[in-house]
Amino acid sequence: MKLTIGQELPARQFKITRDSLVRYAGASGDFNPIHYRDDIAQAVGLPGVLAHGMLTMGLAVQTVVDFVGDSGKILDYQVRFTKPVLVDAKAGAMVEVSAKVIEIDEESKTARIDLTAVCAELTVLGKAQVRVKI
Amino acid sequence: MVNPQIEGKTYPRTASYLVGREKIREFAKAVFSTDPANLDLAAAKALGYSDLIAPPTFAVVIQERSLTTVLADKEAAIDFSRVVHGDQRFIHERPIVAGDELTSELKVASVKSLAGNSMVTFETQIFDQKDALVCTAISTLVVRGQA
Repeated sequence: MKLTIGQELPARQFKITRDSLVRYAGASGDFNPIHYRDDIAQAVGLPGVLAHGMLTMGLAVQTVVDFVGDSGKILDYQVRFTKPVLVDAKAGAMVEVSAKVIEIDEESKTARIDLTAVCAELTVLGKAQVRVKI
Repeated sequence: MVNPQIEGKTYPRTASYLVGREKIREFAKAVFSTDPANLDLAAAKALGYSDLIAPPTFAVVIQERSLTTVLADKEAAIDFSRVVHGDQRFIHERPIVAGDELTSELKVASVKSLAGNSMVTFETQIFDQKDALVCTAISTLVVRGQA
């Protein structure tokens, strides 16, 4: 796989719906009701149901997985949760993820790729860095 | 506020978790993965894996089992209803593969206080049945103070 510094990977859009949240809750075992009940989300001071941060983290990295073609090549992956992803009951939410090659280490045969994840014009992940085997 | 005395505390090894092939498929679909190595056994084997491999964030399922023991610890005094996930990192020694029997051991790396909130960083090491390290999961939870 040939990567160059500054290279941008094909961006991806992910449409998150309430169905996605229920599916992620079941798959991950995170049944916090703020991810499926508006009344509970509002009772704790949130505007409404939010996506699991770990769902956003999990889908964002797929942008890199698609490109490198093997999730086993993801060696190190970190994010900061900067803004919540609000998921409207009808409209859902659209998360757009772009990825850029920042660093290539020929010695360790790894590269660092940084992600940008945007929803409703807000950056929802910060310091989103992926180290991949090349 | 979180008890600052728990900094450095380690929690006992969790019970073994057997990673199932269908669980990997279920998790992969939930995170919008289309990676054949997560979904198609023949494709995973063609890449040299013994079975399906899990998506990069699957280790959260194991980390969660350790976090549950901390949240249940009265000494830690973490009010789960005030918890927000601050950041997360997974450092993989190798991918998680279906058939792995995983246990985890959590250490409280730091407890910090910032603007009335507590920030607690946990480091969870995940081991396989041969006791080899598979993944280190680092998670910071922000516990909001009483307004």
